[in-house]
Amino acid sequence: MGKFIIRRLLLLIPILLGLSVLIFLFIRLLPGDPASTILGERATPENIIRVREALGLDRPLHEQYFDYLGGLLSGDLGRSFLSNRDVVDDFLQRFPATIELTVTAMTFALVLGIPLGMITAKRRGTWIDNGGTVLSLIGISIPIFFLGLMLKWLFAIQWPILPDSGRIDLIHYYFPSVTNMMTVDAIIAGEWGGFVDALRHLVLPGITLGTIPLAIIMRITRASVVDVLNEDYVRTAHAKGLSQGTVDKRHVLRNAMLPVVTVIGLQTGLLMGGAILTETIFGWGGVGKWMYDAVVANDYQIIQSGVLLLAFIFVFVNLIVDVSYAFLNPKIRYS
Amino acid sequence: MSQAAAAMDAIHDERAVGLWADAFRRMRRSKAAIIGGTIVAIFVLVAIFAPFIAPYDPTRGNLAESYLPPFTADHLFGTNVQGQDVFSRIVFGSRLTLGIAVLSVSIGVSVGAVLGALAGYFRGWVDAVIMRGVDIMLSIPGLLFAIAVVTWLGRGVVQIAIAIAIINIPIFARLLRGSLLSLREADYVIAARSVGVGAGALLVQHMLPNAIGPLIVQATLALATAVVDAAALGFLGLGPPDPRTPEWGTMLSDTYRYLNDAVYLAFFPGIAIVISVLGFNLLGDGMREALDPKLRR
Repeated sequence: MGKFIIRRLLLLIPILLGLSVLIFLFIRLLPGDPASTILGERATPENIIRVREALGLDRPLHEQYFDYLGGLLSGDLGRSFLSNRDVVDDFLQRFPATIELTVTAMTFALVLGIPLGMITAKRRGTWIDNGGTVLSLIGISIPIFFLGLMLKWLFAIQWPILPDSGRIDLIHYYFPSVTNMMTVDAIIAGEWGGFVDALRHLVLPGITLGTIPLAIIMRITRASVVDVLNEDYVRTAHAKGLSQGTVDKRHVLRNAMLPVVTVIGLQTGLLMGGAILTETIFGWGGVGKWMYDAVVANDYQIIQSGVLLLAFIFVFVNLIVDVSYAFLNPKIRYS
Repeated sequence: MSQAAAAMDAIHDERAVGLWADAFRRMRRSKAAIIGGTIVAIFVLVAIFAPFIAPYDPTRGNLAESYLPPFTADHLFGTNVQGQDVFSRIVFGSRLTLGIAVLSVSIGVSVGAVLGALAGYFRGWVDAVIMRGVDIMLSIPGLLFAIAVVTWLGRGVVQIAIAIAIINIPIFARLLRGSLLSLREADYVIAARSVGVGAGALLVQHMLPNAIGPLIVQATLALATAVVDAAALGFLGLGPPDPRTPEWGTMLSDTYRYLNDAVYLAFFPGIAIVISVLGFNLLGDGMREALDPKLRR
């Protein structure tokens, strides 16, 4: 087990290195010279040369790369020119918002998806199953941005019961930012009203982002449970006289969850892409929209470091998922 | 031709026909495949015959008739802010969407399959290098990658197709590599090699036809995500540069200001996207059931 983890961690290194090279080269190939973009109107030829020198852009590529790598390893991810702050600071300020959103979406997807998957699996062939399958198919076919727009229209404009954008209403926002997650900070400060308001703001974006994972989890759970229900050990458990509930919990659920765990890891990548769209529609101050703005504005420091950070997180989450998969599945643990 | 080779050919042909005929028969029975296939067929027909189906020129706007509500005799889906007929724009938009989807998936499948085949067949360092490359590409969230590529290459139909193709390449590379790795151990492959069938013939005549099934299923599903990704790029403002070009995603982004009064401007393009994606997903699901060897009786 330990060897497995170490092997996977070691595999991380070439991937991250390769990623850094890829992103580094990519940025250098983007149209537009960063120096003139930064200078804007003051882009005289002398100024451009000076800024280029200051940024190290006139040095040979491989020197620039080693500088960049050195900076990365010592925690310096550059300075954004859009906000004139360190990229790390910008990222850390916005990332909790995206975490809040992602966690909400995933919770929604799991809490609804797994039970629904089990129910449709156990009632195969009935209208419940067929209806569920149709719904999940529609769920994976709706583009996130359309769903977000329609939900926004339905619940924030037609029937204004939920807020249409932002993370919290200003009236409630008078507690200090500790973690930058509205819900957590509100709890820490003991502000019940703020907490409820933050939750209200999370509903629509959370459902929007979580619908596709919900549909996918439902389908995978269903397929997995169907497979497990046909296994001999389930039949043995029934033959032993165990009640349906016990069989479900002890045998079916645990074994059916393995593919679901793998899927959760893969979903994280999808969620980060979806977060860009959701955050744009709901004015959510997270990392997704930040990255998108950076790419369009050619702020190469953000793009470089931001994509690397996001990729690192994604790879890391997948590593955790793989490790827990090995932990849950004894066959892998002992191989 | 030697006796053994002729015999091999006969067996191969028999099995190949058996697989496809059986698959088509089962697809005809799968409701998902039929409904999905119908939707896709309608989509393709609408795209081909767009000029005959759309009542108006999608790019000509009549400002006097702007902002009209839907469900009238003149304008089935209403008109937008510039007076362009929404229905016509959706019909013509299908051309763009279908074109981008087909182009991007074709490129993605071709390049990905070649890479995967090379990795799966030669193994060793070729495999290691290609798979590390694939891992790296898969570690960047897809949409973000597409946004970066479009920003780099510029806005335009071909650029969008290339961006989406790049996202698809690692998926197909992995798929084909996996198929080939498991097929290598198959009895008939080992038998063919022992008879002396060369590497090229082995790959093309024996392994690839059996790897094609999952490839086609995945390609169909990739068409579905290509439609969504293209629309997403359009929604984010990275679609075709000419604002008069009807593209479903761009139509959605233009209209989100008007949700208060004219929700139909967003609703119809969105539903068009949902239905086409649903069609591809249903078809892909149906095909997967039909081609799944475990379900063959």
